[in-house]
Amino acid sequence: MSPGMSPLQRMGRWIGQHLVLAGGILVLIYMFVPIFVVVLMSFNDPKSRLVYRFDGFTLQNWLNPCADAAMCSAVSRSIQIGLLATLIATVLGTMMAFALVRHRFHGRSVANLAIFLPMASPEIVLGSSLLALFVAAGFAGQLGFWTILIAHIMFCLSFVVITVRARLAGLDNNLEQAAMDLYANERQTFLRVTFPLVFPGILGAALLAFSLSFDDFIITNLNAGNTTTFPMYVWGVAQRGVPMQVNVVGTVMFVISVAIVVGVELNRRRQEKALAR
Amino acid sequence: MTEVATQPPEARERRKLTGYWLLLPGALWLLLFFLVPFYSLIATSLYDPEGSILTGYDMTWAFGNYVTALQDYWPPLFRALWYGAVATLLCLVLGYVLAYAIAFKAGRWKNLMLVLVIAPFFTSFLVRTLSWKLLLGDEGLIVDTLQFLNILGDDGRLLATPFAVIAGLTYNFLPFMVLPLFASLDKIDPRLVEASRDLYARPIVGFFKVTWPLSLPGVVSGTLLCFIPAVGDYINAQLLGNTQTRVIGAVIQSLFTDANDFAIAGALSMILMIMILAMVLLYVRRAGTEDLL
Repeated sequence: MSPGMSPLQRMGRWIGQHLVLAGGILVLIYMFVPIFVVVLMSFNDPKSRLVYRFDGFTLQNWLNPCADAAMCSAVSRSIQIGLLATLIATVLGTMMAFALVRHRFHGRSVANLAIFLPMASPEIVLGSSLLALFVAAGFAGQLGFWTILIAHIMFCLSFVVITVRARLAGLDNNLEQAAMDLYANERQTFLRVTFPLVFPGILGAALLAFSLSFDDFIITNLNAGNTTTFPMYVWGVAQRGVPMQVNVVGTVMFVISVAIVVGVELNRRRQEKALAR
Repeated sequence: MTEVATQPPEARERRKLTGYWLLLPGALWLLLFFLVPFYSLIATSLYDPEGSILTGYDMTWAFGNYVTALQDYWPPLFRALWYGAVATLLCLVLGYVLAYAIAFKAGRWKNLMLVLVIAPFFTSFLVRTLSWKLLLGDEGLIVDTLQFLNILGDDGRLLATPFAVIAGLTYNFLPFMVLPLFASLDKIDPRLVEASRDLYARPIVGFFKVTWPLSLPGVVSGTLLCFIPAVGDYINAQLLGNTQTRVIGAVIQSLFTDANDFAIAGALSMILMIMILAMVLLYVRRAGTEDLL
């Protein structure tokens, strides 16, 4: 840009600029290599259950996803827990986010700390303290679906609060003021203006909560008793031979969540264009 | 708003009450299932170590549990801290390049690249880690290439080594580094960087005098978001490592569920938490960004 640069400096600068971008793209590729492997292995025709490598192409894994019934029941249990945990954590977390952004009261900093701490604790500590509580309260024999659900709601809650809070804090207050000026009451303003504006944040939080819940292993493993979720199933088969259907589940999860993220983004752009017109 | 205009104090009081009501259910959940469990964990860590899940545990204020736990399990504890620290450093280097590229070089591809950063996160953690098992396997492309280049001996391996564990940890926690780094870098006014170009001849000097200091909040939160889960994780150590790479998370898990040695497991959990808290506080203070919390 500056005219005083020697050709050598200019060349150095060109390399510098593109080197960083190239480095960034290489890091992105590093992040995606395992995803390619997951997709590839979902079409794998393994010769032996014990050797984990690509032996040949087949559609069998996709046609018979439930060849191992234990896997499908683990997946459906994970989905049930994930949906329930997402629903409850999203409702409670959104309420908390509204309280923290829109209302002034005593003890806000304590509330903020209580929301931050679960995210700053290693999962193994969160899981073992919950197990200690369940055992001390006499629920050692009843570990299972409900104790997993309780744990998942607990660790999803903080992530929901910070996601929705970020969206709420970035909201333009003038829009709500305008609605009130136009004689909308508080309820109408909330339903017609505030909620639709915050909704993408809530949806993002719900998506995050579901994937956190569906994916959790360490906390779940401590509090599951004899119940098996999908990550626990994968953990179990990792020791004795992995059925390729596990990769089908991984691929489906990836495709669905990317579709949701892209859909939300496209919808946002469409709305922005409509507003600009 | 008309209510507020006519009777402001009462309406404000009502809004304050609404705030409490909105907060209450979630706060209760955190109290019951986050804070109370912590109390249970502290209590468990002081139980009589002779107890079992069948006979029950007695509270004997057995502080000796902490000594026993440290004596018996210091190698996996320090191994976990070491792996976590190395993985965090690698995450910082890789994550900084990627976040910098997205913030300053991506142009109109910025949003797409951000989506790509979080996308892998949505596939099961365990299934992704299993992919690394294949990639780093003895007949995998990486080992073959390294053997061809004579970097790795003919019987050299990557899988079942600390290298594989650290590579897996780095991979798994990289998005937690990139997002806060990007948030910090994206806020930097490009004019500041331009001004530094005018003042310091070489861009590299400008980087260390302007961009790096301004990105420190992102560096601090990114390293914490990487380090804390990486230290507690045992999935990578178990799936990609060997018996020599056992980390503290695996020890705590098996003491709780297999050995039923609740007292020692509780003490180990507390030691891990205390060490992490101490390191985090020290680190945040030294980095000088206490507004992080």
